[in-house]
Amino acid sequence: MSRKILEVNSLTKIHGTGCPLCLASTGPEADTNICPYCGSVVAAHGVSFDLYQGEILGIIGESGSGKSTVVKTLYFDDAPSAGEAVFFDEDAQYDLYSLNAAQQRSLRNKRFGMVYQNPHLGLNFNVSAGGNIAERLLMSDVANYGAIRERARNLLVRTEVLENRMDENPKKFSGGMQQRVQIAKALATRPPLLYLDEVTTGLDLSVQAAILDLILEIQHELGTAMIVVTHDLGVVRLLAGRTLVMKYGRVIETGLTDQILEDPQHAYTQRLVASAL
Amino acid sequence: MNTTYELPLDEAGYAFGFMDEYAKKEVRRTILKAICIPGYQTPYASREMPMGRGFGTGGLQLTLSLIGSDDTLKVIDQGADDSVNAVNLRQFVQMTCPGVDVTEKTEEATLIQSRHRIPEKPLTEAQILVLQVPYPDALVVVEASEARRKTMHGEADYSRLLVKLYEDLVKFDEITISHRYPTRVHGHYIIDPSPIPRWDVPKLHQSKALILLGAGREKKIYAVPPYTIAEPLAFEDVVFRVEDFRDASGNRRTCSRCGASNSFLDEFSDEADGEADGKIYQCSDSAYCDEQLARQASAYQKPKTEEAA
Repeated sequence: MSRKILEVNSLTKIHGTGCPLCLASTGPEADTNICPYCGSVVAAHGVSFDLYQGEILGIIGESGSGKSTVVKTLYFDDAPSAGEAVFFDEDAQYDLYSLNAAQQRSLRNKRFGMVYQNPHLGLNFNVSAGGNIAERLLMSDVANYGAIRERARNLLVRTEVLENRMDENPKKFSGGMQQRVQIAKALATRPPLLYLDEVTTGLDLSVQAAILDLILEIQHELGTAMIVVTHDLGVVRLLAGRTLVMKYGRVIETGLTDQILEDPQHAYTQRLVASAL
Repeated sequence: MNTTYELPLDEAGYAFGFMDEYAKKEVRRTILKAICIPGYQTPYASREMPMGRGFGTGGLQLTLSLIGSDDTLKVIDQGADDSVNAVNLRQFVQMTCPGVDVTEKTEEATLIQSRHRIPEKPLTEAQILVLQVPYPDALVVVEASEARRKTMHGEADYSRLLVKLYEDLVKFDEITISHRYPTRVHGHYIIDPSPIPRWDVPKLHQSKALILLGAGREKKIYAVPPYTIAEPLAFEDVVFRVEDFRDASGNRRTCSRCGASNSFLDEFSDEADGEADGKIYQCSDSAYCDEQLARQASAYQKPKTEEAA
C-alpha cells in the first residue's frame, strides 16, 4: 500500500464574524452557505479526506461550493477557521496550521505546487518564463545560475514550451502556454504534492486535452499526488481516482470517481451527472 | 517635560548640535538597536532639519547625535570634500557644534559623513562612517507594499531579488546594478548600502570602522557593525565583481590628475585634452587624489634637496 501524503480533518473556513448558529443554519439542507443570523459565509465546513502518494483526488461542485477554498487553505493562501491538516513528508510530518509563517512558506515553496485557473495568480508577468521557474528554485535555496538555467530549460521542454521562448515574458504567450509555464513552475522543486485549481477552465478543447495528458504523464513519471479542483466532470473522469462532491461548503458525497459518475447517491450529484453534456 | 535637567542651549536657543537632547537621545538609542541587529532597518522619528528631506537629513541627524566637541569631522559628497552638499553640511555642523574640528584628510577624521562613497583609504577602528541613504529598502524594487517587505525581511525571503539578477544575466550576460548593490549583512538581512558604487561594496565586509546608514525621509537607521560579514548578492557560479576601468585595449585607466591606478574613477568630458573619445578620468575621492599628489611632490623634492646637500 502506498504512503499517505496528506490527512485533512474537518477543515472549516468561515468568512465573517461567525455565530454559534452559523454551522447549523447553513449547508445543503438549508440550501445556502450564508448564515441568516450573522451574515457570515461558511465557505467550507467539516471537510476531511486522506491523500496517498501518486493519487489524484478530484473535488467537484458548482461555483461557490467551497472547492477552491479547500485547496487555498491547504496551500496557505488562506488561513482556515478550524480543522487540521497533516502533511507526511519523506522523513517528517507537519501539522500544517501549527507551523509558523516561515515554516509554512518553506513547505509551500519546496514541497507543494499550485497551478491556478488564472495564470496571473501563479506567474510573475514582470519576468521571463525562465525567471518564473528560477524564482521558485531560488526560493528553495538553489543558488547556482547554470544549474537554474538548465533545470528551467528541462522543465519547459518537458511541459512542451518551446525552448527558445524561455527568455520571453509569459505575457506574450497564449493561455495554454501560460498554463504550461505555470505547471513547469509548480514542478520546479519536484514537489510530492500538487494542487490544480481549475487548470483547464477557459482553454479550448484541444489545448485542454493536451494539458490533461501532460498532467497524467507527470503523475506517472514522478508519482506526484494531486488534488484537482474542477467543475468539469470530464476532467475528474479522466484524472481522478477518487472524488469528493461539494455543495454549500459541505462534502455531500465521496467515493471512487467511476462510482460517483455511474451511480450517484446524493440528489445533487445525480442532477450534476445528469446535466453533464 | 523634565524639570530636573536643564538642556544646554546656545544664545539662539539651540542645543549643541542643533537637535535637542531628547531627539539626540532617541537617535542614539536607535543606533544601538541598529548595531545589535546588523542590517535591520530600525525606524526612528526623523526630525525636521533646516534643509529639505533628501539632502542628507538622515546622515546629518546621525552625525549631530554622535558628534562631540573633541571630534574631527570630514564630510564627503560623491567622493569630494568641496562639492556643494558637503560644504553646506560641514558649515552647518561648524555653526551648530562649537569646538568641532573639520578636516579633509580621511585619516584625521573621527567621524565621516559621506554621500555615495566610502573613502579609498582604509578606515580604522577609531572612526565612524555615516552614509546618507535615499532608499533604505533593497526590496523596494520587487515589492511595493512595505508590510509585505517587512515580512520578507523577517523571513530572509530574498528570492525575488535574485530573480532580478537572473533576469539581468539572461538579458545582458552580466549583473547591471551599478550602485545600491544589495548586500547581505551578517547572514540575514539584505541592505541597500546607499548609492555607493560596486567598487565600495567590498569595503563593508569586515570593516574596522562602524558604518551607520541613515535615511531621513524614510525614517530608518541601519548599521554594518565593525568586523561583520557583508556579502554582495550573487550566484554561486556568477560572482560579484567591481568596476574594472579598463579601456578598449585592456589597460587600466589612471587618474589624469595624480596618476593613481587603484582608485575609483569619475569620467569627465573634455574635448580639448581628453583621450580620443574626449573623455578624461580622475579620482572620485578628492582627498585620496590630493594625498597622492602631495606624496609625488615630496618624492620629487627630496632628491633635489639631497643634490643640493
